[in-house]
Amino acid sequence: MSAATAKPGAAAAGKRIPPGEIHQSFLAYRGFRFLKWGIWLCLATILAYALHRPLTAPNGGTWLGYTLGTIGAALILWLMWFGMRKRSYGRIGRLQGWLSAHVYLGLALIVVATLHTGFEFGLNIHTLAYALMMAVIASGAFGMIVYAAVPEQMTRNRHGATVSDLMAKIAALDGDMRQAALGLDDRQAGLVLAAMNQVAIGGSAWRQLSGTRPNCATRLALRRITAADAVPEQRAQAQRVLGLLGERLEYLDVISRDLRYKALMDIWLYLHVPLSFALLAALTAHVVAVFFYF
Amino acid sequence: MSGDDIFEIAIVGSGPGGIAAVTRAAARGVSHVLLERTGHLSDTIYKYQRRKHVMATPDILPLRADVGFAEGSRETVLETWDRGVEAAGCNVRLNAEVVGIKGERGDFRLTLADRSVVRARAVVLAIGLQGNLRKLTVPGAELPSVQYQLDDPDEFQDEHIVVVGTGDAGIENALVLSNANTVTILNRGAEYPNAKPANVQLLQTAIADGRMQAMVRTAPKRLEPGWMTVDTADGETRIRCDRVIARLGALPPRKFVESCGIVFGSDSPSAFPVVSDHYESNVPGLYIIGALAGYPLIKQCMNQGYEVVEYILGNPVAPADEPLIQAKLDAAQPGLAVSPFIATIREQVPVFAELSPLQIREFLLTSEVHLAAPGQKIFERNDYTNSFYAIVDGSVEVLIGEAGAPANPVLRGGEFFGEIGLLSGRRRGATVIARDGALLLEVPRNTMLRLQRSVPSVARAIDEVAIVRVVKSYLGQDLDSAILAPVIREAEIVSLKAGEILIQEGATDDAMYLIRSGSVLVSRMVGGQEVVLTYLAAGNYVGEMALLRNAPRTASVKAAVATQVIKLPAAAVRDLLDAAPELRRRVEEKFSERVRSSAHQTADSESGALVNFLMREGLGEATDVLLIDETLCIRCDNCEKACAETHDRISRLDREAGATFASIHVPTSCRHCEHPSCMKECPPDAIKRAPSGEVTIADTCIGCGNCERNCPYGVIKMAAPAEEKPGLLSWLFFGRGPGPGENKAAKKHHGGESSRKKAVKCDMCHGIEGGAACVRACPTGAAIRVRPEEYVAMIRRGGAS
Repeated sequence: MSAATAKPGAAAAGKRIPPGEIHQSFLAYRGFRFLKWGIWLCLATILAYALHRPLTAPNGGTWLGYTLGTIGAALILWLMWFGMRKRSYGRIGRLQGWLSAHVYLGLALIVVATLHTGFEFGLNIHTLAYALMMAVIASGAFGMIVYAAVPEQMTRNRHGATVSDLMAKIAALDGDMRQAALGLDDRQAGLVLAAMNQVAIGGSAWRQLSGTRPNCATRLALRRITAADAVPEQRAQAQRVLGLLGERLEYLDVISRDLRYKALMDIWLYLHVPLSFALLAALTAHVVAVFFYF
Repeated sequence: MSGDDIFEIAIVGSGPGGIAAVTRAAARGVSHVLLERTGHLSDTIYKYQRRKHVMATPDILPLRADVGFAEGSRETVLETWDRGVEAAGCNVRLNAEVVGIKGERGDFRLTLADRSVVRARAVVLAIGLQGNLRKLTVPGAELPSVQYQLDDPDEFQDEHIVVVGTGDAGIENALVLSNANTVTILNRGAEYPNAKPANVQLLQTAIADGRMQAMVRTAPKRLEPGWMTVDTADGETRIRCDRVIARLGALPPRKFVESCGIVFGSDSPSAFPVVSDHYESNVPGLYIIGALAGYPLIKQCMNQGYEVVEYILGNPVAPADEPLIQAKLDAAQPGLAVSPFIATIREQVPVFAELSPLQIREFLLTSEVHLAAPGQKIFERNDYTNSFYAIVDGSVEVLIGEAGAPANPVLRGGEFFGEIGLLSGRRRGATVIARDGALLLEVPRNTMLRLQRSVPSVARAIDEVAIVRVVKSYLGQDLDSAILAPVIREAEIVSLKAGEILIQEGATDDAMYLIRSGSVLVSRMVGGQEVVLTYLAAGNYVGEMALLRNAPRTASVKAAVATQVIKLPAAAVRDLLDAAPELRRRVEEKFSERVRSSAHQTADSESGALVNFLMREGLGEATDVLLIDETLCIRCDNCEKACAETHDRISRLDREAGATFASIHVPTSCRHCEHPSCMKECPPDAIKRAPSGEVTIADTCIGCGNCERNCPYGVIKMAAPAEEKPGLLSWLFFGRGPGPGENKAAKKHHGGESSRKKAVKCDMCHGIEGGAACVRACPTGAAIRVRPEEYVAMIRRGGAS
C-alpha cells in the first residue's frame, strides 16, 4: 500500500516547500548554504590579509583595507535592510532564507571588519563604529541562540495549552477555592482570598526576564496555611484548599516561565535594532571622516 | 353561481401555487374557484413562526405570476398575496375542504367536507404537503397541550416544553423556546441526520451551555397533563411536560391523492405523483403543481401555478426559465432549441434518462453547455475542479498516455466523465480533451450531488460506471469488458462512517477495496498498543495483500472521515488472474513495487500518535494544511501580519489558537477540505474550489454566517472591511496609522453598508505570486503548508522532529 503518485499541479509547482525542507531550521536552510558562504568569505578575507604585504602596518587605508571596508559597509547596509524585507509581505521568496543569510553573513562581518581595522584601535569615531558593530553582532548572536533554543523549551513548558487556556484553568480553580475557603477560619480564608485577588504575572522587563514573582500571594498562602493548624473539623477543607493552591501555583509558574521565554525572545531586539541605527550613524561619520581627511 | 354550474378550473389549495393559478385564471377571465381547507389563504406559510424570514430562492429563476413575491417576512409575503387575490377579483371559498375528486376532463365532481359538490372541467391540485403532518400516536396525544406548530414563541414562558422531532423545524423551535422555557428535545437516535449542520451546531452549543436538554435514544410513550413518560435506552422515565411541540415532518397525502385515481412514482412513502411536462397527472384534466409534485420552492410553485392555467387554456407557454436556458444553448452552439435539447439529453444520455423534462430544466439552470473544439482541454490532470460532464454528442479522449495513444479510453455521446473528482473531492486523475466537436453538459458539483441524492437512478448509473472504471484502472484499461464482467458484477460500494472499521488485523476476509471518497487510517497492534502506520486518501487501494497472498490481514483499516469504498471480492479477482497469467504478472509487479516503496516506513508508536493527532485535527479530509513546528516558532506572529497585509488587512489565520501535539501545532487556518462543509449551505453559492485546490469566498458573499457555523475547524470568521493603511516607511519613520499586521482602524468603524461583515478565510494566497504569504514570511521555517499525504509520508520515513 502506498499513496498514489500525486505530483504537484503545474500551477502550484515552484511555490511549495520541497519535502526535504519541511520544518528545517533557519540555521540549516538549504543545507547550510549561507554558513558555507560565510565561511568562504572569512577564509578569503583571512587569506588575503595573510598574503597582503602593505608598506606600513596593516590598516584601513591600504588597498585591501579599502576593499574590506567597502565589503563591510555594504554588508552592514544589506543586513540592516532585513528590517524592511521582513515587513515587505508581498515579496516573492522566503524570509527564512534572508534570516539564514543575515545570521551567517552578519557573523562573517566580525572577520571582515576586524581585518579591515588591521588591529588599529584608539579612542576615536572609527573604533566607536567598530565597537558598536561588535555590540550589534553580539546582541544578534544572543538572539540567534535564543531563537534556536527557546521555542522548544517554551513548547515543552506549556504542553500544548495556550496562556488563555491556563488563565481559564486558574479562574475555574478560583471558583472552587472560594467555595472551599468558606470552611476555613478568617485568617486562612483571608490568605486564600488574597491569593485569588492576585494574578501577579508579567510586570517590568526585569521581572519578566527573571521569571520571578516576589510577594506571590499564592505561594504565601501555601506556606502559611497548614492543615495541622486547623481545628479538626476544618482539616479536610484546609487540605483541599492546599491542593488547589498548589495547582494554582503550578499554573502561575508555567505562565511566568512562558512570559520569561517570550521576553527573552523579544528583549534582544530592543538592543539589536537601536544599536544598529547607532552603528549606521557612526559608520557614516567614519566614512565621511576617512574621506574628509584623505 | 349555483352548485350546478360548472367551473372551467377548480383550484384545490391556496398555497403559493394555488394563489398564482387563481390570479392567472382571474386575469384571463376564466370561470374558476379556489377551494381552501382552512379559514385563511396559504396555510403552510400562515403557520410559519411569526416574523420568520421567507427566502426567494433560486435567485436566478425569474418569477412569473400575477401576484408579487419577494424575500421578506412571513407577514409581508402573506399580505402581498391577500391583497393580490382580492385585487384580481378571484372567486375564493375558504373552509372548503375537498374530500374526494371524481370524473375526468370536462366533468370533475369535487366533494367537499360538508357534502356539497363543486363541478369543474379541469382541476389543479396544489395542496402541498403540510396539510398532512405526521402526528404523535402515543396515548394522550389528543391532549390540548400537544401542538404541531409554533406560531409565536413569546406566547410561552417558564413552561416545561418537550420538543419531539430533530429535523430543522424541531431544532429551530426548541432553540427559540429555550430562551424563556425549560426545553427538552427528544431524539430517537443519537445524532441529527435530518437537520442542517448549522442548526445541529447551534443545538449542541445550547445543550453544552445548559440552555436546554437533549435526551438521546428516547421516544415518547405516554402523555398526561404536566408529565410525559418516555422510553429511554435505560428504561422508562417520567419528565415534566406542560407542552409538547411535535415536528415530525409531512408526507404526501397519498390516500387522498390515490383515491382521485392518481398514480405515484413508487411505493416509497416519500414518492411523488407522476406528472407530465404540463403538470398533468395520469388522470386527464387533473393537474398537480407545487410541493405535491416534488417542487417545494415558493417561486417554482408560483411559476407552475401561472403555467398550469395557461396549459389548461390550451396556450403552450414556454416555462419561465426558457430564456435563461436558451441563452446558455445559444452561447454553446447557435441553433440549439431548448425542448429538442432536453429530449436529446433524455434519449442520448442514459444517466439522465429517468429524469423528467422538468427536472432536467431545473438542473440546466445551474449547468453549462459547451461545444469543445477538437483537441480542446476539458480539464487537466491534477486540477481540483469537481464538476460532472455528460457527453451529449461527439467524443472525448482521456489522456492516460500521450494524446492519441491507443490505450487512451475514448468516451462517446451518452457517456459521462469527471465523476471521480466530483465524488472524491480530490485532484483530477487524468486530462480529458475533446476529439471532435464535442457537445458537453457541465453540471456543477452541488447540483450533481443534489441530483444523486434525490434521483436514485442517477446515483445508480454513476455507481455502475464507476465500478467498471475503477476495476479497469487497477487491472488494465485495455482489458476486454467481457473478461472483467464477473468481477464487476460482484463489486459493490460500501459506505463507512468516521471511525468505522473496514479491515480488522488478523481477520481472514480477503476482499480488496478502493477508496472512492474520504480517507482511511491503517494501523497495527504493536505490543498491545494501536500504532497508526499511515493514512490513505481517496484513489488508493487497501487489502490487496490478503487477496494475492491468501494470508490473514496484517493491519487494521478504519475510516478517518465518512468514507466510501468499492469492494472487490477476492474470489472473482483470483479467478480472473488464474485465467490470465499475463494479467497476474502485471498485478504482482505492481504489488511488489508497493511493498518495496513502503518497506522503509517505520512503525513506532510516537509517529503513529502524531498521525492520529493530525487526523483528529481534520487532516483526513484536508488537501492543504498549515503546520507550525513549535520548536522553531519564535512566536513573532509575522505569519499573521503577512496574512493581514496581503488580504485586505484582516488576518485569516490565528497562530496561537488550535491544537498542539508533541511540537506540531495546527493553527486555526483553512485546511481546504476535499468536501468543504462551508460550501454546503452558501445561499449565493459564493464559496468555490479553484482548479488548484484553494477554497475561496467570492465577493458575492452576503454575510449570512452559514459557512462560519458549518466549518468544523472554526477557520472562517465574519469581518468588516478594514481601512487603508499608510506606506511602510511613513509608519516606520513618522508613526503614521496602524503598522504591519495591525488592524486598529477596523474596530473603530461601525455602521454603514461599507462596514457590513463578510466571511473571510484563507484562500491559500490564490492569485498572489510566490505562494502562501504566511509561509514566505516565517523567518525560521516553522510555518509550512503541506498536503497531508506528503507530511504523513515524511513522518513515516522518520523525518518528523
